[in-house]
Amino acid sequence: MKQLLIRLMFMMLPVTAWAAGGAGVALDSFDVDIHDKASLQRGVQLYTNYCLGCHSLGHSRYERVANDLGIPNELYEQNLIFTGAKIGELMHSAMPATEAAAWFGTPPPDLTLVARLRGADWLYTYLRAFYQDERRPWGVNNSIFPDVGMPHVLVGLQGMCAEEPKFGKPTIDPLTGQILEGAGCQKYVYQGSMTPAEYDRAMKDLVNFLVYVGEPSRLQAERIAPYVLGFLVILFVFVYLLNREYWKDVH
Amino acid sequence: MNRIIQWIDERLPIVQAYEKHLSKYYAPKNFNFLYFFGSLSLFVLINQIITGIWLTMSYNPTAEGAFASVEYIMRDVEYGWLLRYLHSTGASAFFVVVYLHMFRGLMYGSYKKPRELVWIFGMTIYLCLMAEAFLGYLLPWGQMSYWGAQVIVSLFGAIPVIGDGLTQWIRGDYLISGITLNRFFALHVIALPIVILGLVVLHLLALHEVGSNNPDGIEIKKKTDEYGRPLDGIPFHPYYTVHDLVALVIFLFVFCVVVFYFPEMGGYFIEKPNFEPANPLKTPVHIAPVWYFTPFYAMLRAVTIPFLGLSAKFWGVVVMGAAIAILFVLPWLDRSPVKSIRYKGWLSKIWLAIFAVSFVILGICGALPANEQPDWLAPLCTVLYFAFFILMPWYSKFEKTKPVPERVTG
Repeated sequence: MKQLLIRLMFMMLPVTAWAAGGAGVALDSFDVDIHDKASLQRGVQLYTNYCLGCHSLGHSRYERVANDLGIPNELYEQNLIFTGAKIGELMHSAMPATEAAAWFGTPPPDLTLVARLRGADWLYTYLRAFYQDERRPWGVNNSIFPDVGMPHVLVGLQGMCAEEPKFGKPTIDPLTGQILEGAGCQKYVYQGSMTPAEYDRAMKDLVNFLVYVGEPSRLQAERIAPYVLGFLVILFVFVYLLNREYWKDVH
Repeated sequence: MNRIIQWIDERLPIVQAYEKHLSKYYAPKNFNFLYFFGSLSLFVLINQIITGIWLTMSYNPTAEGAFASVEYIMRDVEYGWLLRYLHSTGASAFFVVVYLHMFRGLMYGSYKKPRELVWIFGMTIYLCLMAEAFLGYLLPWGQMSYWGAQVIVSLFGAIPVIGDGLTQWIRGDYLISGITLNRFFALHVIALPIVILGLVVLHLLALHEVGSNNPDGIEIKKKTDEYGRPLDGIPFHPYYTVHDLVALVIFLFVFCVVVFYFPEMGGYFIEKPNFEPANPLKTPVHIAPVWYFTPFYAMLRAVTIPFLGLSAKFWGVVVMGAAIAILFVLPWLDRSPVKSIRYKGWLSKIWLAIFAVSFVILGICGALPANEQPDWLAPLCTVLYFAFFILMPWYSKFEKTKPVPERVTG
């Protein structure tokens, strides 16, 4: 039986082994935790104040977010719904799509599934990758998404980075100990209301929220899974004994 | 209870059917773990049909509504996410179990006389299953759904003269559109499931007529007791039903771990670009089919030379089609006097290993972008894949085989 289990595991191996890979630009990573309700609440607050004006979460409902994040419905309605929508409605932005296309070149995409499309690390790095570039219409560019159409909406929090920031594992000058590149923005044109550490934490909250909203069922799935798997383990004991009982008389 | 059974049995031979297919169907007693994958395929098929029915209740088969309706199922339908993940993971699991089931057949010569029809029905199921999976993949209407369908449908365009007209006829439009989505939906939920179910019945009827093969490749019907029961056979029910139950629970455990924790399987069961709605104006940088098609996709890309005035793409399609077609004639390529790999010569063993390794490497090649692999690798593996079949009439006939025992070895 043990041998059989091991064989079954090995059969799954090729599938999981391929799952690695996929490269591109160097990204910063962080540990997503969709069970951290305080972080998710700060995240939805940031999203509502800075992002929802342009980017819909068109597949998600306010009520679901409020309930999953433990925010009382009334409190949510009073503070986090700006469009006059009812709590059971989908989270659409107030911006008309045709005019948005005229203003930004392309309408700001719906972000319900952006975390599943791009991945948390990409988002976390992207949100910290804006820098000053006078050649662009909004005066900013992004080192992860070159020539992005989006202005730096969070400049009031982060401040304006003076030069193109690099991410991933930082390269450090072995003589002086100075960071040559990597580790994000090193020089600011002007400061924002947050320190770099505070801004990083805020972006973690925001991305955490986007990961949650991309797949809210994950919370329910991970709650149910132990019971399902536990049931199968118990069932296994019974079917194993049943099988052994019948096969006793086969020689 | 007995009277009810008797009443029905006088009008419909249910007792006879129960005995023929279960309680008096004698299966060899030496099945190993590779023999679980037939009944597991049946289980996954039932899973696909049941979850599919429930998904259809909330799915909207239009270009405007399909993508949003899938997210509606994921969020607003009670346990809709579970139904969808059972269905999407089930599709991949289907190919895992079917590939292992087929490899079992290759190893133990289950396609050889008298089981040629069992093999051909099985191969037809596999062919329909690929079509079913391809059609279903368009339905979520994500970027990879759209462009994957675009690539595959355009393959028909490589056929000389009728190609362009044929692709247009398949799509029902000048490009993949809502019209294509609608007809793919119809084929996916009605046409192919009916054909597959019918073929499964034929596959099982043909199997139960000739009896199951076994790892020794011995015909157990040759040695019977005084009642005509095979000495090495045991009734399928209850022995193999309880046996398969154990395998089913282990399978379900692995399956549920994927469904509940890794439904995307790192982008191989659900590809990341599919979280963006289909956009006919934006081609993804790297279009990769789902993992179970990648070996054939690699063969398609491996052909890069035009020949006889026909395009390389045309020959790629021919090679891809031939890779599947050649499996159909396998029973007549194998000239070995023995069935099982256990008693075949070392040439057969080496070629089977080469075949298996080539198939896996082709699968990896097909999943990677063309510029991230040595350009000789996929063509080499394609040649080896075909060599396994084309050389089989010789190496299987002339190699020295081992003597086959009279009775199964357990």
